[in-house]
Amino acid sequence: MRDDLQLDGQGRLRHLLTIEGLPRQTLLDILNTAESFISVGEREIKKVPLLRGKTVVNLFFESSTRTRTTFEIAGKRLSADVINLAVAQSSTTKGETVLDTIDNLEAMHTDLFVVRHAQSGAAHLIARHVPPHVHIINAGDGRHAHPTQALLDMFTIRRHKGAFENLRFAIVGDILHSRVARSQIHALTTLGAAEVRVIGPQTLLPTAIERLGVHPCTDLRAGLEDIDVIMMLRLQRERMTGALIPSEQEYFNLYGLTQDKLECAKPDAIVMHPGPMNRGLEIDSAVADGPQSVILPQVTYGIAVRMAIMALIMGGAETATARRPA
Amino acid sequence: MPQTTDVVDIDATIAYMADELRPFLPKNPLMIGIHTGGVWVAERLHKLLELTEPLGTLDISFYRDDFTRVGVNPTVKTSQLPVNIEDRHVILVDDVLQTGRTIRAGLNEIFDYGRPASVVLAVLLNRDGRELPIEAAIVGHHLRLKKNQHIKLFGPDPLKLEIQEAHT
Repeated sequence: MRDDLQLDGQGRLRHLLTIEGLPRQTLLDILNTAESFISVGEREIKKVPLLRGKTVVNLFFESSTRTRTTFEIAGKRLSADVINLAVAQSSTTKGETVLDTIDNLEAMHTDLFVVRHAQSGAAHLIARHVPPHVHIINAGDGRHAHPTQALLDMFTIRRHKGAFENLRFAIVGDILHSRVARSQIHALTTLGAAEVRVIGPQTLLPTAIERLGVHPCTDLRAGLEDIDVIMMLRLQRERMTGALIPSEQEYFNLYGLTQDKLECAKPDAIVMHPGPMNRGLEIDSAVADGPQSVILPQVTYGIAVRMAIMALIMGGAETATARRPA
Repeated sequence: MPQTTDVVDIDATIAYMADELRPFLPKNPLMIGIHTGGVWVAERLHKLLELTEPLGTLDISFYRDDFTRVGVNPTVKTSQLPVNIEDRHVILVDDVLQTGRTIRAGLNEIFDYGRPASVVLAVLLNRDGRELPIEAAIVGHHLRLKKNQHIKLFGPDPLKLEIQEAHT
């Protein structure tokens, strides 16, 4: 689904709903801007005044710790006022619809909504509904997309491994239920990855996934050969309806990333995981805490990347050529 | 049409600025250039004055007051203040002083790193068009330009000034 909701007439990002259809340059602009925000997080006063006076509402209809917290920190470091709303404490439990919730919050002059919802397409629905001065960032919708996670993954890869064109990627685990995997695939193919493999049991690989430009594989050891970057996924037991894996022990034996399986990849391969991790299920603790793991740097970079996305989305819409006298 | 101007001898002007800055040397000042043109000028001053501590650089993109109108420039550079500026005497260097808004933003950013003992401003060119009460202590060259004229420093090597006229 090509989404023109996201870009305005001048190609500027207005909402971030999905990676699909975004130009390569837009992705690079986000990664480059994030580099500058890294240094803001390393200094004494970790705050810049860009979003002073703006209101950001984190609207989470589904639970989250990492994503919500990093969005909150990102907004605060940009000097915005950040309000967190978790659905369990809000009026939707009293029967209010999503769009009514949005209307009410918008009446309080909210400038940016960061939305997570269990339904695929929820962020799109809201983006179509709000007036032009209100912006939406998708923080995960159903199985569909999690664009900010994919962008922080791309940032991590670029920092640790360099250019995408020279790298081979393996996305491993529960591809079927994973919005992270879909966003990662679109980001990697847009940025020109040499090869993207998706590895998991047949029951957790979506049919016709090849159409996204990736190579499916059901054997982890064989699939890891020549791989530079291993992107593990969480086994989403809460979304599973039916017997998709024989048993957790067997899943770990076949698809759990252990040190000896990791040795099938290139010796300098990095291991990523979007969190939360199921240790001893999709990843062994020795690997998660080992020297090739970049799982904690991912979290740190997530703040800078989300700051960059917020800053680019909320920036003015005047032509970039407008002259700025010194 | 942009035109290169030779009204200003850049090398001689920077040498003059260095001489004007010498009286500050006993205070062991810390030099900071503002991206991008200010860094080029500061690099030359830093060398002429034989300062031993590394040059600091500022990109004030995150502190601009026109963000809500024009947004963030994705080519924003990283600010680097390699030395702690707490209680230090700072020489802030920029290429052109016009409205004063860049310097206002630069001062705000500096104070987010710490509290300097003092800040003096040194600019290659001082032109008309001030919108804030900010003046430079060291001015390489004063220039009067028409309202629709814009002057820009190109570099880093060689440094070259270009005057552009906006057609309104």
